[in-house]
Amino acid sequence: MSSDILLQLDGVAQHYGRGQTAVTALSGVDLTVRAGELVAVMGASGSGKSTLLTIAGGLSTPTSGEVIIEGSWLSTMTPKAIAALRRKTLGFVFQDFNLIPALTAVENVSLPLELDGRKRSRARSAALDALGTVELADRASHFPDDLSGGQQQRVAIARAIVGTRRIILADEPTGALDSITGEVVLRMLRRRVDAGAGGILVTHDARHAAWADRIVFLRDGRIVDESGSRSVDGLLGARP
Amino acid sequence: MSVKQSLLAILQVGPCHGYQLKGEFERRTGSTWPLNAGQIYNTLDRLERDGLVEREPDEDDQQMRYFITSTGRQEVAGWLGSPVLRASTVRDELAIKLAIAVTLPHVDIARVIQVQRSATLGTLQDLTRTKAATDDPETSDELAGLLVIDSLIFSAEAEIRWLDHSETRLARASAAGLAGPLPINREPARRGRPARATTTVDEARS
Ligand SMILES: Nc1ncnc2c1ncn2[C@@H]1O[C@H](COP(=O)(O)OP(=O)(O)OP(=O)(O)O)[C@@H](O)[C@H]1O
Ligand SMILES: [Mg+2]
Repeated sequence: MSSDILLQLDGVAQHYGRGQTAVTALSGVDLTVRAGELVAVMGASGSGKSTLLTIAGGLSTPTSGEVIIEGSWLSTMTPKAIAALRRKTLGFVFQDFNLIPALTAVENVSLPLELDGRKRSRARSAALDALGTVELADRASHFPDDLSGGQQQRVAIARAIVGTRRIILADEPTGALDSITGEVVLRMLRRRVDAGAGGILVTHDARHAAWADRIVFLRDGRIVDESGSRSVDGLLGARP
Repeated sequence: MSVKQSLLAILQVGPCHGYQLKGEFERRTGSTWPLNAGQIYNTLDRLERDGLVEREPDEDDQQMRYFITSTGRQEVAGWLGSPVLRASTVRDELAIKLAIAVTLPHVDIARVIQVQRSATLGTLQDLTRTKAATDDPETSDELAGLLVIDSLIFSAEAEIRWLDHSETRLARASAAGLAGPLPINREPARRGRPARATTTVDEARS
């Protein structure tokens, strides 16, 4: 059944620059995420994981190939329509958090809901809920600069899961967290997915990837293996 | 051996019948290492012989109940207060397999590693699913079970990391054209007991 497909990448390639300095960040990537499915992406540094995620999230346009989010073909849409679709259906955890320094934690989390037209008070209470699920309710009115790295990362996670968005894309969401807090986050992500969301989790850590239903391995911008017969440092070792 | 000390430690909580000890051991270790009755009674016999437990018939004289002695309590305290020393020479099946394989001709070591890693990653996923199914522990036997699962998870992860590491090492060696298969040593064999290895693991560590 294809109606439960939330996200699909079809023959996606990304090239940067040209001539001598050309970089192929991704090539020929096909990937499908269904409702109730968490897919882990592993691969050495520079293998294209973040590139894959930003393209999957409609944050950048691939050189070629198609991205389909909940049935919408991004190549046929205006940037404005893509932005609206993104706000409504998609939560993104950036590798570098990407919080707005002038907004408090709770304002950072509620912003996407408000931009999406939700009433401020509603957005705020949803944001507080989301902060609660990452055990950060007591830091709601702190500014990002006044939070530790791991706390900033959890604000970024809360912003991605706030409201009812069905697709969660997370780039190393546990990188700054201790192992117990990391587990809180993965458990929460798992629960979201079990309740019908779909997600992509980029990680270097086999222990974290093991929370996913499927594990995909990237090497030099290509998917070299699916479901878990290789792991990341090995691929790193096999690089020339 | 930890079964002996574990049973003794449980008896410190209160006297038990043998079958009770079995249940207590299992529920306090996440039901991960079931014990059979033979193991329980053999262990209790040894504990009694060493003066660490005593037994008395029940009130209704039906069955034996085991009590910890004061020497037994000292033994428990000593166990909890000292580190577990893993014998450095315990044979690790996987390390041996890979070590032997690397010296053989016509073996695709990368494949050996990949097959193992795939299996271990599957184990890791299974363990994680088990863990995901248990929510925040409320009782200490649930907490104990979680600690055991975590221990298995971290061991599986360590194995994967070691396999990755080995793969890198092998790739480097083969890229440099080094460390080919090892032929049989044709030097005349010495008679009598085999020579002692030049360096044991213990010496290498110190
Ligand atoms: N804007 C850009 N211009 C040129 N090259 C880029 C650009 N963005 C990424 N790249 C290159 O694309 C490749 C993939 O980068 P990407 O950030 O996706 O890697 P990654 O797998 O996320 O790595 P890491 O684990 O270090 O985060 C890299 O070689 C990178 O240098
Ligand atoms: Mg990245």
